[in-house]
Amino acid sequence: MRSLIDIIDLTPQEIDEMISVACDIIDNPQKYAESCKGKKLATLFFEPSTRTRLSFEAAMYELGGNVIGFSEANSSSAAKGESVADTAKTISCYADIIAMRHPKEGAPYVASRNATIPVINAGDGGHNHPTQTLADLLTIYREKGGFDNLTVGFCGDLKFGRTVHSLINALSRYTGITVVLISPEELKVPSYIKKNVLVPNNIPYIQTTKLEEVMPQLDVLYMTRVQRERFFNEEDYLRLKDSYILDPQKLTNAKEDLCIMHPLPRVNEISVAVDDDPRACYFKQVLNGKYMRMALILKLLEEAGK
Amino acid sequence: MKVDAIQNGIVIDHITAGLAFRLYNLLELDKLDCPVAIIKNVNSAKMGKKDIIKIDSEHPIDFNVVGFVDPKATINVIKDGVLKEKLSIDMPLKLKNVIKCKNPRCITSVEQEIEHVFLLTDKEEKVYRCLYCETKADI
Repeated sequence: MRSLIDIIDLTPQEIDEMISVACDIIDNPQKYAESCKGKKLATLFFEPSTRTRLSFEAAMYELGGNVIGFSEANSSSAAKGESVADTAKTISCYADIIAMRHPKEGAPYVASRNATIPVINAGDGGHNHPTQTLADLLTIYREKGGFDNLTVGFCGDLKFGRTVHSLINALSRYTGITVVLISPEELKVPSYIKKNVLVPNNIPYIQTTKLEEVMPQLDVLYMTRVQRERFFNEEDYLRLKDSYILDPQKLTNAKEDLCIMHPLPRVNEISVAVDDDPRACYFKQVLNGKYMRMALILKLLEEAGK
Repeated sequence: MKVDAIQNGIVIDHITAGLAFRLYNLLELDKLDCPVAIIKNVNSAKMGKKDIIKIDSEHPIDFNVVGFVDPKATINVIKDGVLKEKLSIDMPLKLKNVIKCKNPRCITSVEQEIEHVFLLTDKEEKVYRCLYCETKADI
């Protein structure tokens, strides 16, 4: 049974096909309004989420399907000590597809090994969040017209940011990509990302601590939050935090068609004043997430039916 | 120092000095009731210092564990006091239920029934990662 646990489970061709489907859904929503009629999505959210759960639910409703599920572990049998494997087997009797978020890393993988229906990883701790990457890819595609020959900057916490690692992984499979890594020393991208992803794929990359210096080169700027708890001391955090807050001043020498992205939730790393800038794409990203989840549900249900 | 030659069993030789106890523990040799000798810091022309483990029993051992801890080690099979076979071992591609994931956020930390599986992801650097959360294993 085909599931989606990690973004690299999908080939670039499959991602391209899903992007085409998502674009068609955007243009012709009525065509898909009954595509999942009679089908049920189970949203198994063992920890709270605003965007992802509602995005999955909205996606299924717009495909004409139904949704069952729970939004916290306390309202499921997990509170009684039921294993992920047993939950997956049980839900397979009720639903046609599962979207699972779990605080423990690897839980959706365990579910996929035990379910008889497709499982979508809707985020497992700090590990994977492939549908966020699909939302990011559709956003880049729609804003830039494709992926080739783009210079993509990642800014903020590049050490612990799962969305950053996942998007670097996905983009590394396209040609002509240049990656610019902008972070404090303490939050640099882990060396295994460079060794296992960037170097073998011949992706040129620049590492810097200064956002303003590289701003004019960027086609895409992917912002993430620099969290206080990631620093060993308060002094370093206070010294660095403002360098990674995007405001209109820092955008003065940016390209006119820069695409500014953020996986959200935002705290203060993008000033609210940037929201009115036409280059701000982070709320479009949220909408694109729903369309890619629709394309993904369609794909996995179609494969399951074969 | 003299350790008697064994009659029927296994000698794990050329163990990188300092790794014998790790190997002893992971192979669960403490559970055997036959003579087991750990010889540390033996002079070696090739390695400078090495460790050796002698097991005087035909009890089978998991070669994957040896390959995981120290792929440079060699295994000598002794029959009737004579060296019968000399085996070199490679790093296993998959390691099942030998070590546990140290990541407290890994699903294996809370669910007892799940197998602990590690995959070799970088042979050159000797890196194993948890199948579930991809955390790097301590060797």
